[in-house]
Amino acid sequence: MERYVFKTTLFYMAVVLIVIVAVYPFYYAILTSFETGTAIFNPNVLPEAFSLANYQAVLSKGAFIRSVGNSLLIAGVTVAFALLMAVTASYALARVRFRGRGLLLMTILAVSMFPQIAVLSGLYELVNLFGLYNSPFALILSYTIFTLPFTVWVLTTFMRDLPVEIEEAAIVDGATPWVIITRVFLPLLWPAMVTTGLLAFIGAWNEFLFALTFTISETQRTVPVAIALLSGASQQEIPWGTIMAASVLVTVPLIVLVLIFQRKIVAGLTAGGVKG
Amino acid sequence: MAQSFTGRERSLQQQRVRAAYTFLAPMLIMLAVVAAWPLLRSIGFSFTDATADTIFNGESKWVGFENYLERRVRSNGEVRWRGVLVDPDWWNAVWNTVRFSAVSVALEATLGLLVALVLNAEFKGRGLVRAAILIPWAIPTVVSARMWGWMLNDQFGVINHMMMSVGLIDAPIAWTAQADTAMLAVLIVDVWKTTPFMALLMLAGLQMIPRDMYEAAKIDGIHPIRVFFKVTLPLLKPAILVAVIFRALDALRIFDLIYLLTPQSDATVTMSVLSYRELQQFGDYGEGSAMSTLLFLIITGFVLLYIKLGRVDLTGSKS
Repeated sequence: MERYVFKTTLFYMAVVLIVIVAVYPFYYAILTSFETGTAIFNPNVLPEAFSLANYQAVLSKGAFIRSVGNSLLIAGVTVAFALLMAVTASYALARVRFRGRGLLLMTILAVSMFPQIAVLSGLYELVNLFGLYNSPFALILSYTIFTLPFTVWVLTTFMRDLPVEIEEAAIVDGATPWVIITRVFLPLLWPAMVTTGLLAFIGAWNEFLFALTFTISETQRTVPVAIALLSGASQQEIPWGTIMAASVLVTVPLIVLVLIFQRKIVAGLTAGGVKG
Repeated sequence: MAQSFTGRERSLQQQRVRAAYTFLAPMLIMLAVVAAWPLLRSIGFSFTDATADTIFNGESKWVGFENYLERRVRSNGEVRWRGVLVDPDWWNAVWNTVRFSAVSVALEATLGLLVALVLNAEFKGRGLVRAAILIPWAIPTVVSARMWGWMLNDQFGVINHMMMSVGLIDAPIAWTAQADTAMLAVLIVDVWKTTPFMALLMLAGLQMIPRDMYEAAKIDGIHPIRVFFKVTLPLLKPAILVAVIFRALDALRIFDLIYLLTPQSDATVTMSVLSYRELQQFGDYGEGSAMSTLLFLIITGFVLLYIKLGRVDLTGSKS
């Protein structure tokens, strides 16, 4: 009995430790975001001040709101675009037997693991060639490089596991492949598309390297670049309060989304083996 | 009757294959434009003396392997080697990348497995704990870099404050600035952010192990630790392997975290960061592209290893 109590206590201590380590840094960011002046430089564990000045500072700058808009637009269009192409492509890859299918799937998987830096100079040239430098289209185009292979891969895995029978009746009725996709598969695919779309959206929302390289003016920045380049009155002074307020503003919606779609995301992650 | 049916089936199959090619076309064209072409151009740049100025006006010229390795004989007969492959900065970046990848993946796999084992047990509030560990994963890398940069701040950081108040250290540490702690700081943040992902992958693997295997072991009176090493670990090996290779691929190309948390530090600069500096800061597209091409080759090797070891199901035939 004593051993059992000891073991259970140890187990719950481990649980509490896991939760504290996971949650504390973000909690501390929230605390800091509500502090101003000298209070900010005084490390504390419990809330000591409550001021909205940092949030006012962030939101009063038009540039930050603008970059939230940019990020929403870029991530939204990228994901819609990727899903549109992925639905038909993954039907072909999952349900039709043709020569070279294995090789094609392998290539798609390999592209999704590309180091972004390996295409950076080529993409930089391409973006300039198309006259897209410093515009949202530069990022929509370049983000396809990771959202498209990922959505195709996950949707293919998902579609492959659906039974043959659901298609057979439609084939016997003489339905064309296009009709089969839109009438038979699309209604079944919605849940998988929501999950994949959300994961691809998070990927595009968080992307940093391309956004840093392909935009130059403050109005064209996405959220990660805007946060990375937030500066204070002088070069030496880092405005920690405002940075934390901006961070909290862009992270809370993400956390809420992730928690709502928790179960589905875990399933999607294990199916696609997606990057973190 | 049967004859005509197979005939009809064959034409149906042909129709399906034709449709499949049409369906694949948009994706293939898109990937050719945004992935294949830029990759080939980047590799191409690595064989030229292109700079930020000459990249668009076509004045850059072919230099062969000079960016990688070049043998120069001086007038006095002295032989000098130059290029990325003899550049100490490059090898420093390779060493940093390898060191970072090996340590972070090992730590994340071990801690991830421990967290997965905890989450695999049934207890009250398990759902809440699982939700809590998803938070670090959901936070954008840029935000976690800034958040931890603040917590690890030398003067006002809460980490120094905590460690000093319990007497672990006597004086504040400049975690991200000092050469001997910069890599540690990067590792802390990466492990914090990525362990949840590893834990979830491993938890999925753990839940595939049939419960009656544990029950059988329990009836036979086998010690739990023995059960872990003799039953759980061998059965979990494929899941661990896939997760580890996948993470290694990600770790090898790390950029954001290091660029933001420890900028300009030689102790943490990785292949991606060095290549970026060469391209964007110094405008040397030749050497920068040579570096990114070398990184691409290394990662391709790992991808092939992943496909081979992970026995990725490419054919769709269920194994």
